[in-house]
Amino acid sequence: MDEPRNVIVIGSGPAGYTAALYAARANLAPLVLKGLEAGGQLMLTTDVENYPGFADGLLGPELMDQMEKQASRFGAEILPVHVTDVDLSERPFTVRAGDQEWRGRTIIVATGATARWLGVPGEEKLRGRGVSACATCDGFFFRDRELVVVGGGDTAMEEATFLTKFASKVTIVHRRGEFRASKVMSARALANPKVDVIWNTTVGEVHGDDAVSGVTLNDMRTDASRSFPADGLFVAIGHDPNTALFRDQLALDDEGYIAVAEPRTATSVPGVFAAGDVTDRIYRQAVTAAGQGCKAAIDAERFLEDEAHGH
Amino acid sequence: MANIGTVTETDFQTAVLDSETPVLVDFWAEWCVPCHMVSPVVEEIGNEKGETLKVAKLNIDENPQATRTYGVMSIPSLILFKGGQEVARVIGAKPKDAILRDLAPHL
Repeated sequence: MDEPRNVIVIGSGPAGYTAALYAARANLAPLVLKGLEAGGQLMLTTDVENYPGFADGLLGPELMDQMEKQASRFGAEILPVHVTDVDLSERPFTVRAGDQEWRGRTIIVATGATARWLGVPGEEKLRGRGVSACATCDGFFFRDRELVVVGGGDTAMEEATFLTKFASKVTIVHRRGEFRASKVMSARALANPKVDVIWNTTVGEVHGDDAVSGVTLNDMRTDASRSFPADGLFVAIGHDPNTALFRDQLALDDEGYIAVAEPRTATSVPGVFAAGDVTDRIYRQAVTAAGQGCKAAIDAERFLEDEAHGH
Repeated sequence: MANIGTVTETDFQTAVLDSETPVLVDFWAEWCVPCHMVSPVVEEIGNEKGETLKVAKLNIDENPQATRTYGVMSIPSLILFKGGQEVARVIGAKPKDAILRDLAPHL
């Protein structure tokens, strides 16, 4: 079996690549296992306007490409594999992807979060047939169609605005009477002549056989239900942390996020650190994830130094 | 060779529908980020399955008719054709194990 790695980073969003960058510059020769959603959620966005240092904004995938190159320039080894199993019960830790296996003296978990679904009848069956959680992936298929976007946060605003490039009409359905999105994102969506909003309403069901034909809307105030025609449904109601790999091995909080000893990034297992959206239910920004990734690399480096001195 | 490369609307009939071997078609586009993760996995599956499965790629931007015919509304979509009929469909970027599991009953 290969020698254990100093640092294995699981995940390749802003947290993972920043951790890899710092670990690489500390001569720890980190291994990054990118995962199937390589680059993370920013790969599914368009313009990133709030990452400091880019006055004119840039595209999400461009930013991630730059981060990958920067980590790799300093010696991070980056593999396009999806981790399927980890064993944190003994050190060095074991990380597997199918039949490949690595051992790590420390692990930095940066697996991020994935879009949440509504969990209503018809949604699962019609996923990929009009039900989507990724406007930049699937918007293309809805030229001159009428769409519903569910949600009230920044993601919903971005998706609705992006979809107007293709759709003839985009209706945002939101369960509250106001958006929690930032003012700039809400204003941009609301100013678009193709965008309508239905407030205080939830989606109760998705209709259609081979493709979406409409949804059931439930008015929260009157309890009245009605059918609403739509050719597609884009779900943007938040994210869930990707912690399935670590269940029963790392302490999670009551919403399933990895618990870390803030302001540090240590998890419940010494030598395992966590950074980015997998730990963060509050901020969930590229820049906060990157900051936490940096902290995790420094924490891992100190852990390895302390251990070396202890022996 | 189990990997038959790119198919188009023009050769879809002969390359896919008339094939005696099942064909897994990867509906993709250049701008689709998850597609770039799945395509190498599809090629790997093609190489591993040898003579029992062919794999092919179809660019949806260049082949809108085929994309519509098969009701592809999300990419990546992998469609398995056997005897000219769709027998399985895997939508979205999934790990190799999950793709193989969905295809297994038909191979």
